[in-house]
Amino acid sequence: MKTTATMQTSGVQTSTVQTLSWLTGLAAGASLALLTVLGLFVTRPDEVQGEAVRLLYVHPATAWVAYMAFAVTSLAGLLWLWPRTRKPLWDHIAGASASIGVVFTGLTLVLGSLWGRATWGFWWVWDARGTSTLLLFLLYAGVVALRYVPATRDARARRTAIGALIAFIDVPLVHFSVKWWKTLHQEASVLQPSGVQIHGLQLFTMLFSFVAFSLVYAWLMIQRTRLARWEDELEAGGLDAAIVARQSEGSQHLIGATS
Amino acid sequence: MFRDALLVLGKDLRIEARAKVTLRQVAPFVVTVMVLFAFGLDRVLVRDANVADTVTDSVPAAYVVPGLIWLTLLFALLLVVSRSVSIEEEDGAGDALRLSGLDPAGIFLGKAGAIVVQLVALELLLVLGSMLFFQARLHAPLLLLSATALATVGMAAVGTCFGALSSGLRSRETLLPVLVMPVVAPVVLAAVQAWQLALVGEVGDGWPWVRLLIVFAVVYVSFGVLAYGALLEES
Repeated sequence: MKTTATMQTSGVQTSTVQTLSWLTGLAAGASLALLTVLGLFVTRPDEVQGEAVRLLYVHPATAWVAYMAFAVTSLAGLLWLWPRTRKPLWDHIAGASASIGVVFTGLTLVLGSLWGRATWGFWWVWDARGTSTLLLFLLYAGVVALRYVPATRDARARRTAIGALIAFIDVPLVHFSVKWWKTLHQEASVLQPSGVQIHGLQLFTMLFSFVAFSLVYAWLMIQRTRLARWEDELEAGGLDAAIVARQSEGSQHLIGATS
Repeated sequence: MFRDALLVLGKDLRIEARAKVTLRQVAPFVVTVMVLFAFGLDRVLVRDANVADTVTDSVPAAYVVPGLIWLTLLFALLLVVSRSVSIEEEDGAGDALRLSGLDPAGIFLGKAGAIVVQLVALELLLVLGSMLFFQARLHAPLLLLSATALATVGMAAVGTCFGALSSGLRSRETLLPVLVMPVVAPVVLAAVQAWQLALVGEVGDGWPWVRLLIVFAVVYVSFGVLAYGALLEES
């Protein structure tokens, strides 16, 4: 009876997650479509930056998602480390968010590089923000690498949580060191052009891009978290199945010996 | 905690004194990297010397040597940390350490302390080598010593944490650099800046970097003291 009740509860949870996944996916797709229309067709080129200003509708939003993803990774890691709140879900969330964060940090760097090329003629400039973002990418790429090292479920979760915490503590130190590095050696940054202001439809489109990309993040999180859970179940199930198979082999051997 | 730290520190240094891995393997590695840097940066030194001939002869060395010292030390840190982990992996030494009832915070401080001692020896070698090969002239000893001491402590603390995290992994050699290098990037940056400013005589501008190094060292030593128990549990 208890097993039937658990299965029913699990079934209800699965269908709720399924519905949530559909709704989030739909909302993310629709908002991305609207953002594309607003960003490419409705808004006008900028007087100063021309068509390159359209990167404003993707670049800051990807950076925002990257930072949010890393904050979620650290929070989920902490919740896993704390014995009272420890459960596999927090590890699944931490792992999923770290991977998504790395992808979005990579996107931020690529889009920033494109913008730099279009605006200043360089693919890469060692400015404080770009350098910090690059180091952030490398920091969390390490955490993701650590996660993919073969290990038991608990060991992997612990490594991810501690690695993510070390990286998160490092973020302000990276930020300040790189900022000082540039301010002490560079009088004026080319990456802060004066007199450029965002307003009206441009501002709305940029703010809307934050909503659209946050929804994309939420949808990806649902998929990746589910995937992490299934991987765990497969791992555990695979071992159980192997033990059952081995035991049945043993009993067959015994039956053969007695007959 | 400090008594336990001294015990572990003594143990690790005694093992090094007997096996001489840092002396026989890491020290020659450091000198080799220094020689290879001389090949790689030869044109930079020559060109800068011609451009800056009206200033002083030591200006190019003052800009290049700090980077050379700290990058080489970063590579050496990875080897020293890897060695520090491997001595616990052999013959179940790590399990014995955990069963000994020593305070995990003490174990962390002891292991980090042993790494600091070995790095200091390598730093001396690097500084002497820089003076010999690149005509580096040292100024502002207080700034140099403070920056070096703090950066070494910070690097050793991070290295010890990640060493424990990657203990027992077959891919430790490749994983350790990926994990340690981005985290200690602020230390390398701050130490190089402080050294450059000291060597070119702009001592006043070097002190803000020392403050950053203090924050880094305090944060990561505290993190290690608090989290090393959980790290040992995992390994």
